[in-house]
Amino acid sequence: MKDADRLAGRPPLVLLVPALAGLAFLVLPLAGLLVRAPWSTLGTRLMQDQVLDALRLSLVTATLATVLCLLFGVPLAWMLARVPFRGVRLVRALVTVPLVLPPVVGGVALLLVLGRRGLVGGWLDEAFGITFPFTTAGVVLAETFVAMPFLVISVEGALRAADLRYEEAAATLGAGRWTIFHRVTLPLVAPGVAAGAVLCWARALGEFGATITFAGNFPGRTQTMPLAVYLALETDPQAAIVLSLVLLAVAVIVLAALRDRWMTTS
Amino acid sequence: MSEADRGARGLEARLVVRRGAFDLDLALTAAPGEVVALLGPNGAGKSTALRALAGLVAMAGGHIRVDGDDLRPLPPDRRRIGMVFQDYLLFPHLSALENVAFGPRCQGAGRRAARRRAAEWLERVGLAEFASARPRALSGGQAQRVALARALAVDPGLLLLDEPLAALDVHTRMDVRAALRRHLAGFGGAAVLVTHDPLDAMVLADRIVVIEGGRLVQEGTPAEVARRPRTGYVARLVGLNLYRGRAEAGTVTIEDGTGTVEDGAATLDTVDSLEGEVFLAFAPSAVALYRTRPDGSPRNLWRARVAAIERHGDRARVRLAGPPFDAVAEVTPAAVAELQLSEGSMIWAAVKATETHVYPA
Amino acid sequence: MRTWIAIAAAALLVTGAAGCGEAGDGASGSGGGDGGGTLTVFAAASLTEAFTSLGATFEGTRPGVRVRFNFGASSTLAQQITQGAPADVFASASPATMKTVTDAGDAAGRPQVFTRNRLVIAVPKDNPGRVAAVGDLSRPGLKVVLCAAQVPCGAAAAKALGAAKVEVEPVSREKDVKAVLTKVGLGEADAGLVYRTDVKAAGDRVTGIEFPQAAQAINDYPIVAVARAPQGALAKEFIQLVLGPQGRTVLGRAGFEAP
Repeated sequence: MKDADRLAGRPPLVLLVPALAGLAFLVLPLAGLLVRAPWSTLGTRLMQDQVLDALRLSLVTATLATVLCLLFGVPLAWMLARVPFRGVRLVRALVTVPLVLPPVVGGVALLLVLGRRGLVGGWLDEAFGITFPFTTAGVVLAETFVAMPFLVISVEGALRAADLRYEEAAATLGAGRWTIFHRVTLPLVAPGVAAGAVLCWARALGEFGATITFAGNFPGRTQTMPLAVYLALETDPQAAIVLSLVLLAVAVIVLAALRDRWMTTS
Repeated sequence: MSEADRGARGLEARLVVRRGAFDLDLALTAAPGEVVALLGPNGAGKSTALRALAGLVAMAGGHIRVDGDDLRPLPPDRRRIGMVFQDYLLFPHLSALENVAFGPRCQGAGRRAARRRAAEWLERVGLAEFASARPRALSGGQAQRVALARALAVDPGLLLLDEPLAALDVHTRMDVRAALRRHLAGFGGAAVLVTHDPLDAMVLADRIVVIEGGRLVQEGTPAEVARRPRTGYVARLVGLNLYRGRAEAGTVTIEDGTGTVEDGAATLDTVDSLEGEVFLAFAPSAVALYRTRPDGSPRNLWRARVAAIERHGDRARVRLAGPPFDAVAEVTPAAVAELQLSEGSMIWAAVKATETHVYPA
Repeated sequence: MRTWIAIAAAALLVTGAAGCGEAGDGASGSGGGDGGGTLTVFAAASLTEAFTSLGATFEGTRPGVRVRFNFGASSTLAQQITQGAPADVFASASPATMKTVTDAGDAAGRPQVFTRNRLVIAVPKDNPGRVAAVGDLSRPGLKVVLCAAQVPCGAAAAKALGAAKVEVEPVSREKDVKAVLTKVGLGEADAGLVYRTDVKAAGDRVTGIEFPQAAQAINDYPIVAVARAPQGALAKEFIQLVLGPQGRTVLGRAGFEAP
């Protein structure tokens, strides 16, 4: 502890300079938005129903997408980290596909599978009358598709770093695999899960390409903030800046609040 | 294997584990209430044996019977064993109480009942006031006691302890060792303890099983093992000079010895009347050193080269190199000065026949 | 479509900052006079096929000259130009968008309308909604996608449907005409309003149904040389090619109409 404190004081220039440059690179575009924001008309622009609808929809869908990512992503990460099976490397690579796939292509791919005439979607439509395109559920699916890799990678990393012997200790105490998973493994990797969920939520909140391609754009139903921003950019760049700032402000506030609550406890 | 063995209480096991070049093949028993220490050098297979008992390592053969039930086909969580791990592995996200209640909960006890049982166990190990503390807030000794309580709270038929004292500093270790001895004495089931510290084994165990290279090399009560080591490793651990040889009419010819004792072969005289293959042991303190050939010649007298001089507590250990054989002598630091001992110097060494101890090999 | 999104996203991020980096790098890396050089053309996405062909013709008659295209949404391109992206020629799919460039003083001379496009009803090849005329678009349960009101094809659609006195409740207002076409092509939507050129480019995945009221929403395509263009002379020559008979032929083949 003492050593760490002593070392913490003076960062070497070799690290400090690129660190600050990197920070500037990330923050300056934000400054650009702030400088160009039409502050005088900000209030009236924000109170428009369409803005509030889009914001509400964004928050709801991003949160639902995060929940879906947790439900499916955590078990998937566990499989990748704990269950040795043939082709695990391939599966791991496949999991990252949505990361490298341009989101628009991801949206088309989703249409081909879950669309009204998709491989699975066609059957869902015929058997249950369920269709996803042009629905809020479709937005959630698109966001889940794009955001899930962030959760899986983050949780898998945490699982690999976790000390397996705790699980052995739990086993000797009579815990079955499920008990071990939810009472020992999961709490141990909770910081990793939280970090993954936050990344996931942020990615879902900013999702544009897959959403508009798969779910379309209809105010109140599928028009999330990024879609509203994009369309505002067509005619009214000032409004686009306002919307972007709203999205950023909400994201920063939520993430900061979560960070205080979750990240610091462990 | 007779029917009587099969129904025997306590632990009766043969552990066969293969892992690449290493293989373990060990027969192990422990009666109810008996504490057996597995003692051996690093890599001897002690921990592997313990993990095999716990079901954490797959066995290539053998069996594990506890109170007559074969545990080998069962997964770890159904073996009803208690295990204390080397660095305790208390769940960091749970309080001391919740750690101890974990086992009873898994065994199907209700939340309340489990917590009550855990509280009792914490009380028993003297940590009632730390019930709500996180493991991080506990000292090493306290953590060890919580780990013990956690292992015992599942009411195990077999208790396994993997180097339970290794993580502690010297001072805590003495106290914790004494406390552990009390708790082990109060435990009614069979217990197996893994250690590389002979003192832990001597203090805590009723019986010591020495393994080297995955095989049992010696077994006995602590006193037997200490007095009659059968391998160089054990002899070094208990601090004895040990030789293997052939006894004939009160004289033992040392197997690996060369050259002469005095003038003849590498032989030592004893007062035992054993014949045949034997071990011969004597304590370093039984070796007397002389600068010149002593008068009135004791019978076991040899000339040796000083290979090294080491401090050992308030005594000095002098390593003597053969021919005729290697030995360790223990003298006072004053004697080192008096005899003007230095590495490489030649001296006379003697050991009385009555100080040697001979037992069958 | 991919680069398109990337460019749009980049533009969104750096609004107020440096403008478009990629186009800037390309132009500054190979500028130069005396017959050679690289001409940079910013053109509406619907012009992709026709202009690519015209670009090849242009290069073929002028050894040493290269033509680089930046195809995208007209509005995005206009924004990049007003933010200082080094374009030589700007061909827009809408006079309104062109106006933002001329108003900013970024056009050299007056824009000229070089071609026109008209809306058609696009339906999937098997026409599951059995759409035959524009009036069918108001049928309940029919999934119709239109462009968003903010983009030119959306405004045109509103105008044409207004002229036809048809009330349409779309399931989605897409960000551009290609997105409408994608959804119709995959059968997710039963019908959509797109340009005739788009149906042509989509091949046999979609069928176009003409309707007379589309004449009320003919889309003019203006072209202009950009002020302070790095390749001003080449820009004028390229515009001449587009306006000339060769340009007319190529554009006609792509489904455009002469102005």
